[in-house]
Formats: sequence, structure tokens, C-alpha cells
Amino acid sequence: MSDPTTGAPAADWPLYEVFIRSRSGLEHKHVGSLHAADARMAVEHARDVYTRRQEGVSIWVVRSADIVASDPAEADALFEPARDKVYRHPTFYAIPDEVKNL
Amino acid sequence: MYTQALDTHGREPVPAPAAEGAATATRFQARIDADEKIEPKDWMPEAYRQTLIRQISQHAHSEIVGMLPEGNWISRAPSLRRKAVLIAKVQDEGGHGMYLYSAAETLGVARAQLVEQLLSGAAKYSSIFNYPTLTWADVGAIGWLVDGAAIMNQIPICRCSYGPYARAMVRICKEESFHQRQGFEIMLTLAQGSDAQHAMAQDALNRWWWPSIMMFGPPDGDSKHTAQSMAWKIKRFSNDELRQKFIDVTVPQAQFLGLTIPDPLLHWDEATQHFAIGPIDWSEFHAVLKGNGPCNRERLEARRAAHAAGAWVRDAAAAYAAKRGAQAHEGGKS
Repeated sequence: MSDPTTGAPAADWPLYEVFIRSRSGLEHKHVGSLHAADARMAVEHARDVYTRRQEGVSIWVVRSADIVASDPAEADALFEPARDKVYRHPTFYAIPDEVKNL
Repeated sequence: MYTQALDTHGREPVPAPAAEGAATATRFQARIDADEKIEPKDWMPEAYRQTLIRQISQHAHSEIVGMLPEGNWISRAPSLRRKAVLIAKVQDEGGHGMYLYSAAETLGVARAQLVEQLLSGAAKYSSIFNYPTLTWADVGAIGWLVDGAAIMNQIPICRCSYGPYARAMVRICKEESFHQRQGFEIMLTLAQGSDAQHAMAQDALNRWWWPSIMMFGPPDGDSKHTAQSMAWKIKRFSNDELRQKFIDVTVPQAQFLGLTIPDPLLHWDEATQHFAIGPIDWSEFHAVLKGNGPCNRERLEARRAAHAAGAWVRDAAAAYAAKRGAQAHEGGKS
């Protein structure tokens, strides 16, 4: 576990994020993460860690370091512009009850 | 799966969230109060982060060490069916450890560091795993009582304020139910078997009952971190509340098995509408927690040996990945 010269813990294998398609026809969904030496091992470990009860028919793994994410601190600035645009939803429009199929 | 209100066993008291900006801290608490989930990159008080790292990693360590007492019986399971079930259960515990280590890592701690803390003895894990599994009935008692107590502890954590921990716990609780039922089935089979088998089941109950009761942690009056953890919605019920729930559901199950709970003072209290138990011997609990349980040294030695024996596999995998990476790089150039 430790580096014999420095006593520091050995470096971890890279971290991978795991995405599973639970059934054919559904999208892959993030289920968690794991460490693996390479991508192939990440898929094999994902099989053992996340699909022991037939939770999936397909696995994606991606290096966590390769994911670019929005900054939570900027969430307001990023998502606020959509907040006052309720006219983008069908319920914004008042249609008389007697009008059908609309 | 296995917590024992582990958050109550930190050595250092959790400092109040005073250092950070008061306004930011107020906003954070408001989010918690509104039942919002906190996610990894969100701002959080340092004490919240440290409390979670400690609790989640102790929980993960418990899953990993928890594989040892049951793994002890895989090669001696009484039938192929029992053996297949036990292997699946032990594999689940390993998986639960992996979910939890991943959740802890989202708080900025390295996996290698967590493993190092377990192997060096610096980290704690659930003291229940420092008891030996002397007979096959112990495998049944662990599933029924230890996993039963763990489920009682863990279901509220599915609603914990920290998103990754809550999500890991949802997964774990789903899988845990099988563990408890297979344990009860083992107990039922033994309890309805020969006199010797019935006696074996009773003996296991005698040895596992009190340690299971103590899994919920010290009484509320002695629990240092409960109030802060409740305010942060890491914890939803107090140790004593969860302990009482467990006793109330488990006593009738023991009666169904025809087994006697080893507590002469146990009785139904009409006034409270709960089962009342005799006094708990906390000196034993603290002795085991301090490292003086029957198997503390054995468990850590087993983990260290496993880790050392796997070193060449990890080295080989890393070397292979590096070689393949270099080859892909060469191939890309030509």
C-alpha cells in the first residue's frame, strides 16, 4: 500500500464514472464511479460492482478527469434565464374547454 | 451492511461552522432545512465535509471487514445452495464497500488514503465484526440480527442531505433485504431442526443479541454528535429511537423461531407500547471499540495480508495499462 521510500500511500488507479443502460430502449444513466487500471478493467469492474442483479444490458465508462461540468456556483447565472420563460410550456396558454384535441 | 451510528465515535469533537462566512453558512443550512440535497462541488462547511468523510469511510471499512466473519464459513456451508447464497452475500458486502468509498471520495479524499487508514488501524469500523463466527448458526444470526440492525440504521440515511451518500444507501438498502431474509431462513431451518440444531441457533442468538443491540451506538445522552448530525440531516433518528424500533420488530421474530432472547428483564411495556430491555453492558462495547474485542487483531491482520498478497496484481495491472497506453501512443504516430 505504501511507497517503501516515502511511506506515502501509493497513487490510486484512475477514477472512472459508470453509466448503465438498464434495458434496451432506455438511455444510459450515471450509477457511480470506480477505480481501474484501464478502460477495459473499468468495464469488468462495473459489471461486478453495478450489475450483480441484472441491472444493465450495456455499460459505458469514462475517465472522471475527462468530464467537463458546469460550476454549481454559477448555476443561477446559467439557468436563471429560463426561469421567466414560462411561455415555453403548453400550460401557459389558456384554451377554452370546449376546444378539443389541442 | 453495517453501520452502528458510527458518526458518534469520532475522537475529535466537530467544530461549529463558525470559520466560514456567516451568510454562506446560513444559506447552506437553509438549503438543508428545505430538504435540498448537497452535491460534491457545492459549498459546504468544513465540519460537514469532515463529518461525512469520517462517517462514510467508517461505513465503507465496516463493509470490507464485514466480509471476514462470514467468509469464514463459505468453504464449510452445509449445502451448495447455502454456499452460493453466502458467496453472493459476501460479494454484496464488498460491493457496498465500493459504493461507499466512491461516495467518500466525492468529498475530496483519496481511496488510497482511506485504505491506508483502515490498514494502519487509524480508522474505525463497526465493532460487531470483532466477534467470531463459531458455528454455522452465526451466519444465520448475522444476517437476521446484524443486517437487520444495519437496515434499521440505514433506511433513514437514504434521505441523508448529502446526495452521493443517499444514493449509495438506496442501492445498499435494496440489496440488504436479501441478506436479512437469508439469515432468518437459516435460523428458521435450524430452529425447526434437531435438538442439536435448535440449540445451535439459540447459542448464536445468545452471543449476537447484545452486540447487535449495541450496534446502534451509545445512549442518546452520551452521543456527542447527534444534535449536529440531525441539524445537517445526516442523521434522522437518534440511537435510542432506532434501537427501540429494532427491538420491537425483532422480539416477535425470535418468538416465532421459538428462541429465547438472552435478557431476563425483557418484557412488553403496556404504558409505552414498546418492549423494554434490561441494562446494556456498555463496558464491553467500549472495550471492543478500543481494540480489545475477541477478533480485532485478527481482522486487521487478515485485511493487511490480503492487501499485501494483492500487491503484485495491482502492480501488474498498472504495468499492463502503461504498456498498452504507450503502444496506443506509438500506433497513433505511425
